Amino acid sequence: MSAPPLDRPTAPDEQALQALFDATIAAEHRIEPRDWMPEGYRKGLIRQIAQHAHSEIIGMQPEGDWLLAAPSLRRKAILLAKVQDEAGHGMYLYAAAETLGADRADLTDKLIERRQKYSSIFNYPTLTYADVGVIGWLVDGAAICNQVPLCRSSYGPYARAMIRVCKEESFHQRQGFELLLTMMAGTDEQRAMVQDAVDRWWWPSLMMFGPPDDDSPNTAQSMAWGIKRHTNDELRQRFVDMSVPQAEVLGVTLPDPELSLDPETGHYRFGSIDWDEFKRVIGGQGPCNDERIARRRAARDDNAWVTEAATAYAAKHSGVAA
Amino acid sequence: MSMTSEGGHGAVPTGPGVPVEPQPSVSRRDWPLYEVFVRGKRGLNHVHVGSLHAPDDEMAVHAARDLYTRRNEGVSIWVVRSADITASSPDEKDPMFAPSGDKVYRHPTFYEIPDNVPHM
Repeated sequence: MSAPPLDRPTAPDEQALQALFDATIAAEHRIEPRDWMPEGYRKGLIRQIAQHAHSEIIGMQPEGDWLLAAPSLRRKAILLAKVQDEAGHGMYLYAAAETLGADRADLTDKLIERRQKYSSIFNYPTLTYADVGVIGWLVDGAAICNQVPLCRSSYGPYARAMIRVCKEESFHQRQGFELLLTMMAGTDEQRAMVQDAVDRWWWPSLMMFGPPDDDSPNTAQSMAWGIKRHTNDELRQRFVDMSVPQAEVLGVTLPDPELSLDPETGHYRFGSIDWDEFKRVIGGQGPCNDERIARRRAARDDNAWVTEAATAYAAKHSGVAA
Repeated sequence: MSMTSEGGHGAVPTGPGVPVEPQPSVSRRDWPLYEVFVRGKRGLNHVHVGSLHAPDDEMAVHAARDLYTRRNEGVSIWVVRSADITASSPDEKDPMFAPSGDKVYRHPTFYEIPDNVPHM
C-alpha cells in the first residue's frame, strides 16, 4: 500500500513500538509502510531510495545520447528497451519513496536544485558506442552487485522494487557484454574502441561502491537496520573478482597494473582509487554534471504543459484529479 | 561529506545534509496516485505490483502497461486510486487478526488421525 503514514497518530508508548520494530528487524521480517518506524530509519530510507531513483533517471542520459546513432536497428531496439527500463526503475523507486511520505514532484525538484544527489558514474560522457557496451558490462554489473543484496532490504516496498529491478538489470549487463564481444570480434579499430572505453570506465565503476569502510560512517547503522547488507569494500571486492575473468574472456586489459590474484585469499588485489576525483565529481565538478541537470530541468519545465493539459482533460471529462 | 553506497547505483552523500522532508510543490501538483494490480496469467488472481501517478483512470491503465508489463508479466491490469482504498487499520500487525491466532482447531493439523486411516 502506498498511503503515506504522515497522519499517523502519535503513539502513547514509543518504547513498545520501538521494541516491536526491533523485533521485526531481528526476525528478518519486513517493515511495511503503515508500521511504526524510527524517524532516522524513515529519513535514511528516503535519502537512499531517492538517490537511487535519481540515478536511474539521470542514468537514461549517457546511453540515451546514442539512441539516434545506434549502428543497427537491432542495437537501437535493444538500447531503447534498456533506456526505457531505466525510466521504469526510477518510477518503481519513486513509488517506494512515496510510501514513506515523500512526494515525487518534490524529490524531482530537489534533484534539479542539486540538494539531492545521484550516482557519480553518470557524470562521465559516452564518447563512442563501445561506451554503451561497457556501461552495460561494468556499470550495470556494479549496480547488480549493489542491488542484489537490496532485494533483502528490511523495507518491504524497496525490497520488492529491487527484485523487479534486478530481474531487468540482468538483461542490461548481458546486452552490454554481448555488444563488446561483437566489437572485439571486429576490426582493430573496434577493439581499440572497446579498450579505450574500458580504460575510461573501470575506475569510476569501482568508485560506485563508495568510500572505503573506514571512511563510511553510516554503514554500521544502515546494516543494523537491514537497509544495507554488505560494506562498500566487500561489494567492491566482489565486483573486482567477478570482472577480472570476464575481462579475460573479452580480451581487454583492465587499466590497473597492480591487479593480481592473491593466492592466499583467492581475491584480486587492486590499486588505490582516486577519491579526490570521486569527491570532485559528486561535488558537481565532473565532466557532465551541469549538462545532466540542465537536461532534467528542461524535461520537467518543457513538458509541464503536457502534465497540465492531461490534468485539465481529466478534470473536464471525469471530474477526477481536478 | 558523508558518503554511502546504500542505493543501487552507487555512492552519493546520504548524511543529514541531504534534505528529505517532503515539501509538496505548490506551483505544480502531481497527478493522483494509483495502485496497480496485475493478473500474471489466466487462472491467477490480480496481485498488487506497485503504484504510479496518472491524470485519470484510462491513462493509469496505459501507464501501468508501460511500467509493469514490459516483459509479458500480465494479461490483465486493474488500477484504483490509492485514496479510494480502505485498509484494515494503520498497522499491519493488528489486533483485528489476533482472534484467529488462538483458533488452532480451524486447521486440519489440529486433529490426530491414526496412520492406518487412508485418504485423509
